Amino acid sequence: MAFFIEILIGGLMAGMLYALVGLGFVLIFKASGVFNFAQGAMVLLAALAMARFAEWIPQFLGLQSKVLANVLAFGLAMAMMFVLAWLIERLVLRYLVNQDGATLLLATLGIASFLEGMGQSIFGSSVYKIRIGMPKDPLFLFNSTFEGGIMVNQEDLIAAVIAAVLVTLLALFFQKTTSGRALRAVADDHMAAQSVGIPLNRMWVIVWCVAGVVATVTGMIWGSKLGVQFSLGTIALRALPVVILGGLTSIPGAIVGGLIIGVGEKMSEVYLGPIIGSGIEIWFAYVLALVFLLFRPQGLFGEKIIDRI
Amino acid sequence: MFYRENGQYKSSYQADQQIFPVTQDRVVILVLVVLAFAAVPMLASDYLLRAIIIPFLIMSMAAIGINILVGYCGQISLGSGAFMAVGAYGTYNVMVHFPGIPLLLALILGGLCATFFGILFGLPSLRVKGLYLAVTTLAAQFFSDWIFLRVAWLTNYSTTGGVSVSGLEVFGLPLSSTWAKYWFALAMVCLIALLSKNLVRGALGREWMAIRDMDVAAVVIGIRPTYAKLSAFAVSSFIIGVSGALWGFIHLSAWEPAAFSVDMSIRLLFMVIIGGMGSIMGGFFGAAFVIVLPIALTQLMPLLLDPFGIRMSTAGLAHTELMVFGGLTVWFLIVEPHGLARLWSIGRQKLRIWPFPH
Repeated sequence: MAFFIEILIGGLMAGMLYALVGLGFVLIFKASGVFNFAQGAMVLLAALAMARFAEWIPQFLGLQSKVLANVLAFGLAMAMMFVLAWLIERLVLRYLVNQDGATLLLATLGIASFLEGMGQSIFGSSVYKIRIGMPKDPLFLFNSTFEGGIMVNQEDLIAAVIAAVLVTLLALFFQKTTSGRALRAVADDHMAAQSVGIPLNRMWVIVWCVAGVVATVTGMIWGSKLGVQFSLGTIALRALPVVILGGLTSIPGAIVGGLIIGVGEKMSEVYLGPIIGSGIEIWFAYVLALVFLLFRPQGLFGEKIIDRI
Repeated sequence: MFYRENGQYKSSYQADQQIFPVTQDRVVILVLVVLAFAAVPMLASDYLLRAIIIPFLIMSMAAIGINILVGYCGQISLGSGAFMAVGAYGTYNVMVHFPGIPLLLALILGGLCATFFGILFGLPSLRVKGLYLAVTTLAAQFFSDWIFLRVAWLTNYSTTGGVSVSGLEVFGLPLSSTWAKYWFALAMVCLIALLSKNLVRGALGREWMAIRDMDVAAVVIGIRPTYAKLSAFAVSSFIIGVSGALWGFIHLSAWEPAAFSVDMSIRLLFMVIIGGMGSIMGGFFGAAFVIVLPIALTQLMPLLLDPFGIRMSTAGLAHTELMVFGGLTVWFLIVEPHGLARLWSIGRQKLRIWPFPH
């Protein structure tokens, strides 16, 4: 029993991180109808920037404080993501208005490739570390109930808390602010939003900025957990089933989907792995999402897709 | 002035419907094919054939296959690498388990494995479209990555999933020299290109294009979407599978599952976009571009940067390559969604009416 709960908690924690990446997808898709394949590349770029800035800033300014350097690096990385969001809107999306989803998807694939190349040529391509002082030792809970307690990774716990805070902030932003309301209007109907005077171009910049923020936070957490390297860009691919499962247009869907995929991956690895072979967690999530698609194409919480054929 | 079809009257349906209706085109293509078969092997060095021309031929074949699915039927696939892998390992397994089987037959059987795999992962296309479909084809990619790494039976019990082939022969002739490999690849590409060209201008191809352009209207005029989509998946994955087998057998001759990773899929997709979606000719342009660009960059970048005293590492070149591919893909999507093939046809049109502007 304790073992089961341990896996469950581990899965939920991992799921929270997937949910973060999924959130980036959903935000952009909701507001602009673009399925942003470049989210992974953005995470990689943000993490690379943060890791290297945290190295460079102390050398450059002669700072001693680790915390200050990290905060500065985080801020700089985020500023870079904002500039990037503006550039993407300015140079790419502006010219692809009203194209079908497939073209936009291919365009973001191009952006992803470009960002991967750019990030690594500016910041270097070895493995870097982000040290934000996450505690590494595991924590043992419920020692009295179960023998030996339940092992919980403190690092994961903090990451999950950060993710939860971010999700709450985003929810507040979308529900309570003027920009948030405008964004929801754009997501609902481009034309109607434009006709009541909402500037579409600016909204797109804002939503890519928000996705940039999500990418920076994700990059920071994943980077401090796994180290910053090229393979970080592929976590976006790992997170795709999350949004398929949760529904492409639903923010709660991204979170619930993330948790389900996280738990499903861990469970499948532990319980199915010995039977069909290890390493199945890479495709298990996909197959789960695929089967789900066949029965419910809009995902758990997505808007119903009405098609004639 | 020279390129003009004035006076070439068509007096039969056959003449009207041929692939190259203009006599000059026919002559040029014929000369090109003859040159490719006879002159290129004599003029090109061993290195040129091995490193550029053979990969180019095989990649063009893959591009044609992907173009059928993405360009003609409008179903986005990010799993092309998986289809290539299935083709390559399928052919390998056929050769291992039936020793002495002719290579051509093994290639066809390997292609059929890919066809089966393609239809299996094409099934979701009946329910989902566009973005969602792209995700399901990624499932094919990750599944194939895993299965060739972990299921030992498929790779003849090699621990890393790496396999190698040797002693190939076609009709009793050994495929050992670079020239033999070149001729074999060239013959296969010509065959597949001719076959696909005829498929896409026939009834089946028109069905695919109707589904691509507007599926509701296509259904209204009596096209079965199930049949059209699955046949596109089947034909395209057969061609991609054969090209994967050739890539493994002729070009690499020893490979690991990583040779057909998701990077390969994305690179193939770029190839189709840059070359031109919905055009057989575009496959050749795209493949040429993707093969030549890295080599051109390795030659050009040092020349450009040396005056400024900047030395570029191999990694730096790889990153520049990624950036150029990404940037060009976006640029083509914005400026010329039909790729190099459209530029070519615009040029041809200009040539036809030259020296007049209209």
